[in-house]
Amino acid sequence: MSAAIPPGKRPCIVGIGQTEYAKWGTILDRSELQLGAEAIVAAAADAGLPCSEIDGFASFANDASEPSVMQIALGAKQVRFASMVWGGGGGGGGGAVAHAAAAVTSGLANHVVAYRSLCQGQSFRYGGAHPWAPGKNFIHPFGLFSPPQMMALLVRRHMAEYGTRQEHLASVALTCSANAARNPKAVMRDRPLTLERYLASRMIADPLRLYDCCLESDGACAVLVTTLERARDLGAVAVPILAAGQGSEEGWGTGALAGFNMPSDVFCSGNAGTLARELYARAGITAADVDVAQLYDDFTGMVLMSLEDFGFCARGEGGPFAASGNIAWPNGSLPINTSGGNLAEAYIHGFNLVLEAVRQMRGSSTSQVDDAKIGLAAAGPAVGPTSALILGRP
Amino acid sequence: MGYFPSTFPAVAPTLDDRRFWELCAARRLCFQRCGDCGTLRHPPTPLCPRCQSLNCDWADAPSVGRIFSYTVVRHPSHAAAKPVVPYNVVLVEFEGCDGVRLVSNVIDATPEELAVGGRVEIAWDEGTGGQLLPRFRLMPTGRGTQPS
Repeated sequence: MSAAIPPGKRPCIVGIGQTEYAKWGTILDRSELQLGAEAIVAAAADAGLPCSEIDGFASFANDASEPSVMQIALGAKQVRFASMVWGGGGGGGGGAVAHAAAAVTSGLANHVVAYRSLCQGQSFRYGGAHPWAPGKNFIHPFGLFSPPQMMALLVRRHMAEYGTRQEHLASVALTCSANAARNPKAVMRDRPLTLERYLASRMIADPLRLYDCCLESDGACAVLVTTLERARDLGAVAVPILAAGQGSEEGWGTGALAGFNMPSDVFCSGNAGTLARELYARAGITAADVDVAQLYDDFTGMVLMSLEDFGFCARGEGGPFAASGNIAWPNGSLPINTSGGNLAEAYIHGFNLVLEAVRQMRGSSTSQVDDAKIGLAAAGPAVGPTSALILGRP
Repeated sequence: MGYFPSTFPAVAPTLDDRRFWELCAARRLCFQRCGDCGTLRHPPTPLCPRCQSLNCDWADAPSVGRIFSYTVVRHPSHAAAKPVVPYNVVLVEFEGCDGVRLVSNVIDATPEELAVGGRVEIAWDEGTGGQLLPRFRLMPTGRGTQPS
């Protein structure tokens, strides 16, 4: 965060909590509210904070469990901050953390929890058609309904423009699968992917195959955000939030979710180039300083574009960068999605990636990057606005 | 029957986009053009994003465009799409229409015949509720291999 902020007021994450992660539609005996509350209770316990002292709530993607309900469920005494991030679905995860960070740094609230709870069997399947999509008149009558179909248009263009190939996409899927195999909580921990199985998988929306698409999951996760001085009072391990924010490029609009009229030079991107530069500047770092990255992997091809947006390689070189081993744990120059990501750990709208970013800074990942000092977590790409956060070591 | 069955979602015109669909009904594919600075925009929106003018007219698009990108949908994610997979969705650009692209379909192409850069010609097609929709046919020289 900006140097103008007194050190004690800078934001940090002091607690993480989650439920089990499960295949979509399989958690039917507990409500989304209960799962969300369980994750928040776990995050508060991790921080050593009584739930009664949580005084702020931040979420995204129209999470169904709003603060009025959460306050009673948790017994929070005084609610001082309630925020719902606007924007396309999973693109808001970093935004929820950014709002929480802004709230505690500015003094609007003391202990803000950012959370996401998903039970797709109780609400709806995120991989399907969204009847309330903005601009739907210009996509639904033409058969463009769901995220893989929409993002396929970006990935196909990336292939045509830069020579990106199927095996480049596969490298992302295989990397996430290998990381999930080391993570006992990952949905796909016992189902390792091979290149043969990847190539044999059915096409969903050309060029995206089944294993280019993320999981659909049930579960919840939460992070507790406060200031460094309050973290000291709690005696909690404080993972500093060096920068967090939202962003959308000029002319992007609904972009890859409906409009498709973003400028040509950012068409096949995650809509995060300017956001990345701004976050690096605020954190006082460059891309080269990032040791480990959690890049929202709704679709493999979008990870390649995020690698480019965040400056880990040049525009158009995401495919060769990924496929040459740079993103692999433990020896790659930039291990990514070390819990397995949305592709192989679970799809909690990408908020599970934020928890993994915290674990990397704490040194507690199941695919720990040695001596990791700076971690990035990027939220859903190519939506408007997207968001991201940069964490430092406690 | 059009390219898609009548179980597909119908266009439900809004205050912002109804003129676009009225023009389609008259077999005119038009993009909104700022009445003051001439900037094109699509999908329709009330103000010019460049000068904020509320004045607008409608510029006819050329009848021929190029495929900017495409996908072939093989897994139906809407019940209405089950009988029609595989089908394609294309993004079409038009010369002289900078800054606007159209989501549409090529009604007479196999998946193998589609390519980025391919030339397509407008083919009005009936959508659900009788609304005419701008879809496309592949031109004889339609196969392209390079980005437009």
